[in-house]
Amino acid sequence: MSDITNKSLTQIVDLIKKKEVKSEEVTNAYINNIKKGKKLNSFITESFDNALTKSKNFDANPNYESLLPGVPLAVKDLFCTNGVRTTAGSKMLENFVPNYESTVTTNLWTEGAFLLGKLNCDEYAMGSSNETSFFGNVINPVKENTVPGGSSGGSASALAADLTPATIGTDTGGSIRQPASFTGTVGLKPTYGLCSRWGIVAFASSLDQAGPMTKTVSDCALMLEAMSGFDPKDSTSIDKKKENYSKKLTKNIKGLKIGIPKEYRVDGMPNEIEELWEKGKKLLKEEGAEIIDILLPHTEYALPTYYIVAPAEASSNLARYDGVKYGFRSSKGSNLIEMYENTRSEGFGDEVKRRILIGTYVLSSGYYDAYYIKAQKVRQLIKNDFDNAFAKVDAILTPSTPSAAFEIGEKKNDPISMYLNDIFTVPVNLAGIPAISVPVGHDKNNLPLGLQLIGKPLGEQTLLNLALCMESKSNFKQKIIKWWEKN
Amino acid sequence: MSIDKEKIKHTAKLARISFDEKKIESLSKDLSNIFNFIEKLSNINTDKVSPLTSILDQTLRTREDKITDGGIRDKILENSPSKNEEFFIVPKVIE
Repeated sequence: MSDITNKSLTQIVDLIKKKEVKSEEVTNAYINNIKKGKKLNSFITESFDNALTKSKNFDANPNYESLLPGVPLAVKDLFCTNGVRTTAGSKMLENFVPNYESTVTTNLWTEGAFLLGKLNCDEYAMGSSNETSFFGNVINPVKENTVPGGSSGGSASALAADLTPATIGTDTGGSIRQPASFTGTVGLKPTYGLCSRWGIVAFASSLDQAGPMTKTVSDCALMLEAMSGFDPKDSTSIDKKKENYSKKLTKNIKGLKIGIPKEYRVDGMPNEIEELWEKGKKLLKEEGAEIIDILLPHTEYALPTYYIVAPAEASSNLARYDGVKYGFRSSKGSNLIEMYENTRSEGFGDEVKRRILIGTYVLSSGYYDAYYIKAQKVRQLIKNDFDNAFAKVDAILTPSTPSAAFEIGEKKNDPISMYLNDIFTVPVNLAGIPAISVPVGHDKNNLPLGLQLIGKPLGEQTLLNLALCMESKSNFKQKIIKWWEKN
Repeated sequence: MSIDKEKIKHTAKLARISFDEKKIESLSKDLSNIFNFIEKLSNINTDKVSPLTSILDQTLRTREDKITDGGIRDKILENSPSKNEEFFIVPKVIE
């Protein structure tokens, strides 16, 4: 058989179900690729023994009824995995081995998949380039020396390089969609509450949401179906019946109304992205969708709002890392307070410390109303913008990012320019609504570019249908040459 | 808005993180830039807006008051950097 790792998740599932390939063969093929793909630095922890045992067990006693029968999957190292260390890309959790399993990964394993390894990410998911990880930069397989985006950079890199058939990430301000756009893959941030947050290392709890990262839109529907669902252990989990996204997937988008927000046309955006956006509009129009100009007037305030709300929640969430209950403890310090301070100074990296300081400052006495309450008010206005827009349209089309993948080091010392990368993705998290990034074209340097479709709350099916249409019409093809396999 | 070195030191103390002088200097610069960027929010009048408290339409669920978990002391202690059979161990707090 030709190289199975070139295939989509849906194709692999089909082949396993038709008994044309064994789970063990699939697993060995990915392990082989991972061993050859060390240069990408996309894995923090490999779980080969577990994967091989599980694949052999599957082949000995197969259950073809599940959604992901005998499929090996690597996941972002922010999901707690029972007995397998979970680092969140931080020195603080370098040796943390959870004795419980996140709900989302449990759901995947219940559907027949098993763990192949844990993927690199920005430290505590704070970053847009995977340069803040304690375990080093991840390389974008599309081009050496470019970042894969972040924070789910290891996930995007491993997926695009054929080191895992599909994966999952988390998205607090764009951490699934931006890396998907940078690597020519599909990434979906679901409606807040659709996927359980239980067992995911917390960054900003009112924004965090797990979602699928895949090679195709059909794969994305399949993964979302497997991972989503109500969980009593997450107090913000939405109590509703599981959807059959993959079964309901259709290219029929006739009559759907697509909004184009003029506020997303930002200064300095390359022409290529403008052209890509036009191409997207044209594709959807040709398939019978109606294109409508809309307003999202508070868009320019989304990033400043985000950089109050997210650090505020992060500083509260990360207060738990005190060197007592789990994680790293500094050996220095003569009393409890000094032990705390040294543990946190040595255990956290620069970007995480910077955000803890911002968050602590905006929540501190005398500043709370001026910053935090103000931001929550503006957040309400941003949500109202989307509510008003969705009274007129079924989905919104925008670019995923204001640029293609940038070079390693290019933005590292300029936090604001790094933060600006999330300008199109952040509003969605603030409003708690779903959005998907779909690869649609390449820039003049052959770097992939994506378009984002934003949906109504629980409008995932509409987004997937539109994305499927865009995928088939745009005829996007990866242009990855496996440079890392050559010596 | 400028976040001077004294403010950085005070905030660092609240956050229980220690920094050396050089780092305090660079953080003061970084945070001043970031707060200048955030300052944009003061352009919008929000007098008549209530702060968002939840993005979900649903209210928080209640559940039956019964024990569903617990009795896992040993599992909880498993990952502690310093412990004995029953307790987390920390540097001496009371003289």
